[in-house]
Amino acid sequence: MTAKISYTDVEVGTELPAQTFPVDRATLVRYAGASGDFNPIHWNERFAKDVGLPDVIAHGMFTMAEAARVVTDWAGDPGAIVEYGVRFTKPVVVPDDDQGALIEVSGKVAAKLDDNKVRVDLTATSAGQKVLGMSRAVVRLA
Amino acid sequence: MALDQSFVGRTYPPTAPYEVGREKIREFAEAVGDPNPAYTDAEAAKALGHPDVIAPPTFVFSITFKAAGQVVQDPQLGLDYSRVVHGDQKFAYTRPVRAGDRLTVTSTIEGVKSLAGNDILDIRGEVHDEAGEHVVTAWTKLVARAAEEA
Repeated sequence: MTAKISYTDVEVGTELPAQTFPVDRATLVRYAGASGDFNPIHWNERFAKDVGLPDVIAHGMFTMAEAARVVTDWAGDPGAIVEYGVRFTKPVVVPDDDQGALIEVSGKVAAKLDDNKVRVDLTATSAGQKVLGMSRAVVRLA
Repeated sequence: MALDQSFVGRTYPPTAPYEVGREKIREFAEAVGDPNPAYTDAEAAKALGHPDVIAPPTFVFSITFKAAGQVVQDPQLGLDYSRVVHGDQKFAYTRPVRAGDRLTVTSTIEGVKSLAGNDILDIRGEVHDEAGEHVVTAWTKLVARAAEEA
């Protein structure tokens, strides 16, 4: 494991570079195929509305994967992640138009732990709504 | 219908090994739009100290969730899967998943709760490699929403 960020260079409150991830219907079809999650709420508007959703929604695990990138891009080595957890609080609604939706993710160092590890707290929003809660990663830095 | 509390602590038999393919890792990384070379270029992964390309942190969910199917579809438990949503997800890694791994998953029911008519199921999946070494543990909280009043 070779993180490019040094433990001694970060403090509680250090901000990670924020990122915005676009997601449209094609993204969801591709993620369904790659992940094996073919639940129709992620690609079939008629089905999604039948079960009470406003529209097709992104896979929660897709949002979790995108949020992780703020941490892995910062740390350099994705293998530096020791723990990663989220709560799915609101769905990312993906309309069938040319824009789709945006997932905006920011993160900051919330605690310095032993053994060169830090806890990063992430915030993920879409259309102004918080889509992940308790989103935390523990990363081992250099 | 409330789920049977006596299922707490039940462990299901380990799954048959899942062989992690480098092209499957590439497909997953492309699907999440992540160009990190550690997922696709063995030399880049080696430069970071890994023996081969590694998988993105959430890749393993596909494997653990399939294994959790044993629990979710256990007719004795009686979960209404058509009403299930994903509540929480957590991973604790001993090391990243990498190409060539042959992974088995052992699923355990950690919790069964009913809250305001919702059934809440906590499943832990322990992932081991062919040598029996721990790779990652995945905790998945599933919520079966209460049926609407007729």
